[in-house]
Amino acid sequence: MSAHKPSLLKISSVTKRYGETTVLNNCRLDVRAGEIHALLGGNGAGKSTLVRIISGLVPPTKCHMEFQEKSYAPSNKREAEQYGVEIVQQELNLIPTLSVAENILLTRMPNRAGVIRYGQLHQMAKQALERLGLNDIPTTALVGSLGVGQQQMVEIAAALDRDCKLLILDEPTATLSISETEALFEWLNKLRERGVGLIYISHRLDEVARLADRITVLRDGEYVGTYSAQGVSTEEMVHLMSGETQQVSASQSKTLPSQQNQQSSIAMQVEGISGGIVQNVHFNVNRGERLGIAGLVGSGRTELLRLIFGADVASAGHLKLFDDPTPHRFHHPSEAVKAGLAMVTEDRKENGLLLTQSIRTNSTLAAMIRKFSQAGLIHHRAESESTNAHCNTMETRRSSIEQPVGTLSGGNQQKVVIAKWLTVDASIFLFDEPTRGIDVPARRRIYHLMDQLAQQGKAVVIVSSDIEELLETCDRIAVMSNGQLVESFTGSEMTKDQITQAAFSGYLDRQTTA
Amino acid sequence: MNKKRLFEWLVQYGGLSLVLVALVLFFSIQSENFFQRSTFTSIANQIPDLTLIAVGMTLVLVIGGIDLSVGSILALSSAMLGLLMVDYSWPLWAAIPVCILTGALCGLLNGCIAIGFRIPSFIVTLGMLEIARGATKVVTDSQTKYIGSSIEIVGDPLPGVLLSPAFLLALLAVIAGQFLLSQTVFGRYCIAIGTNEETVRMSGIRAWPYSMTVFVMSGALCGLAGLTHTSRLSSADPNAAIGIELSAIAACVIGGTSLMGGRGSVISSFIGVLIIAVLQTGLAQLGVSDANKQITTGMVIVIAVLIDALRSRLQK
Repeated sequence: MSAHKPSLLKISSVTKRYGETTVLNNCRLDVRAGEIHALLGGNGAGKSTLVRIISGLVPPTKCHMEFQEKSYAPSNKREAEQYGVEIVQQELNLIPTLSVAENILLTRMPNRAGVIRYGQLHQMAKQALERLGLNDIPTTALVGSLGVGQQQMVEIAAALDRDCKLLILDEPTATLSISETEALFEWLNKLRERGVGLIYISHRLDEVARLADRITVLRDGEYVGTYSAQGVSTEEMVHLMSGETQQVSASQSKTLPSQQNQQSSIAMQVEGISGGIVQNVHFNVNRGERLGIAGLVGSGRTELLRLIFGADVASAGHLKLFDDPTPHRFHHPSEAVKAGLAMVTEDRKENGLLLTQSIRTNSTLAAMIRKFSQAGLIHHRAESESTNAHCNTMETRRSSIEQPVGTLSGGNQQKVVIAKWLTVDASIFLFDEPTRGIDVPARRRIYHLMDQLAQQGKAVVIVSSDIEELLETCDRIAVMSNGQLVESFTGSEMTKDQITQAAFSGYLDRQTTA
Repeated sequence: MNKKRLFEWLVQYGGLSLVLVALVLFFSIQSENFFQRSTFTSIANQIPDLTLIAVGMTLVLVIGGIDLSVGSILALSSAMLGLLMVDYSWPLWAAIPVCILTGALCGLLNGCIAIGFRIPSFIVTLGMLEIARGATKVVTDSQTKYIGSSIEIVGDPLPGVLLSPAFLLALLAVIAGQFLLSQTVFGRYCIAIGTNEETVRMSGIRAWPYSMTVFVMSGALCGLAGLTHTSRLSSADPNAAIGIELSAIAACVIGGTSLMGGRGSVISSFIGVLIIAVLQTGLAQLGVSDANKQITTGMVIVIAVLIDALRSRLQK
């Protein structure tokens, strides 16, 4: 039946590159008026980039798009909005210090000679909210005082209120309750009947199966195919996204990694850690083992590492380290570092580096008191020698160790972060997305380093969105889904397909998760 | 000191020193009376208060904070000195520790509120600026307390060296402050905290004891400045040092300390103090009116910061 509907957006080819990395390679998409079109793919498939290009937020490298059979190339969000293209993104784009009503009507406030007509404003906002059944959100409340779920609903209400022809929703239900989700779906169905085209991105495959008319699957920036939603089961969706059917898995084709250096004595036992979205996570990691943690973005992987490291305080659970039977729950990273943990954070600029300070200052920061000082005085020579030694072994490209780390490339910055923890002689390494934004040679160097650490008997935990990276570097892979650690794979079980399936599993049964 | 170190010193302090030398040269040419021992001793005897405060201010700015309450804390410490020495006839040696302690306590209060409740130090110390000034007026009953010769020994030039104990004290504070900042773990952590406190935390370091110490040190240095100020005037004035916080910040900024934190040098701040003092004295000797003195001082501050900004942009 949908075949008769007119085409709304037709992308015959879109490519996006950041430097040398290609995020989208010659992808296609065609959305009809009056259909809900689901966009599926694992981490890094290029879904978000694609919809950002459509809505004018990101300029494409190469692109040919048609909107209502006219050439369409928005250079910014405003221009896309003039065509009737609206996007609700994962991150909230609301102003927390303004009221709900002001946010909803921010770009079209009813006014007389510049003076806002508040009566009309609140009336209009109220209508927009009531359409989604949101009678309990006061239009006068400040957005900052609302919960995240309600903020998301306000944002959706704002987008729906604008007169649009194409509405893009990027993970709209991640923070919503069941009743809010139902109200949203009801309204989306109404929009579909009205002839609006919808692009819907979600990790929740059951929602996709329920809502979507058609599905387009992307994998690692490549177009896989477009399918009618009725013809594809959720299992088949997973297969399409992982791209593995009966292929030989990556782990079988390589020599079994560092089986020999697993000294099989436990380095860290994590017992029932909970906090934030992380629920009751148990796992062990041995000395000399590299444990990967896979999962979708937002599944709680970073949060788990932060709870272990004491950057956030766990609400329940504890860890045990090595032979020590005393349970630990760290309240500050300083306690974790003292116990031998190290964490290479996801965002090195935000909390991994002192950008304006030198390579030397950054490398020795964590070990300052223990290794480079006596009675509070700094041993400058020891500091320089240690920094130079680490730079040399890791091939950090530099003019001198006095160079500010902010002027280094991403790969070399990451090497400095790692050097900081090597300098402390940590015995348990937590890596959060260790190769994000890093060129291939530096990436190789970091993989090699993680292997070396394992061979020295250190325990290495690696969180990564890149399943292939985990398959290549890890001895075992545990999968997180929706805040829980759902499964763990070793040896020949470690396949992209298995991991992808596990990563989505926590989102399938809505009743238990919401 | 080897050649490399000497070169680094020249790069770091060369530009600023040049400005100072240029100012001295300019005034020496313009005014016959400037290049004389009496001018320099009078400058040396004027600057201890500002120098002591600028040392503390540099440290506070380095950790990414600011201390606006320095002038009021100076006045309160001075008032305590006056109260104890005049009304209770305490000897100087017994009153000095109380004077310093008063400043340190004010700094502790600043630190506790700013760090404990995560309130910007700008606001906390703005409150303290009023509170300490009010307390000063309570202590002195809004009257200037004349102490007399018993306190003048701190500010009078020592026989033979022509420099006062106050000046030597300030010089000592500069050297100690610079040593602290560049040679100790404490200083390194202060710079790190001012650069990115979250990175410091994620590197396994508790930041608050360091930040707290810096606020206490700034307060204690204000107490010391209270002593040198009182000795210069022979009395405790409840309206002492109003606006000195701005001169201290100006001196630090001229010296290249960043208001965003993470960068600063005590020696450079001291040179900043000297530049301001030379300018003030020199302009006064030339008979420039107060109004024009203010305009010139303001321009020099802006130009100094401009040069520094251009220099660091060129380095990149």
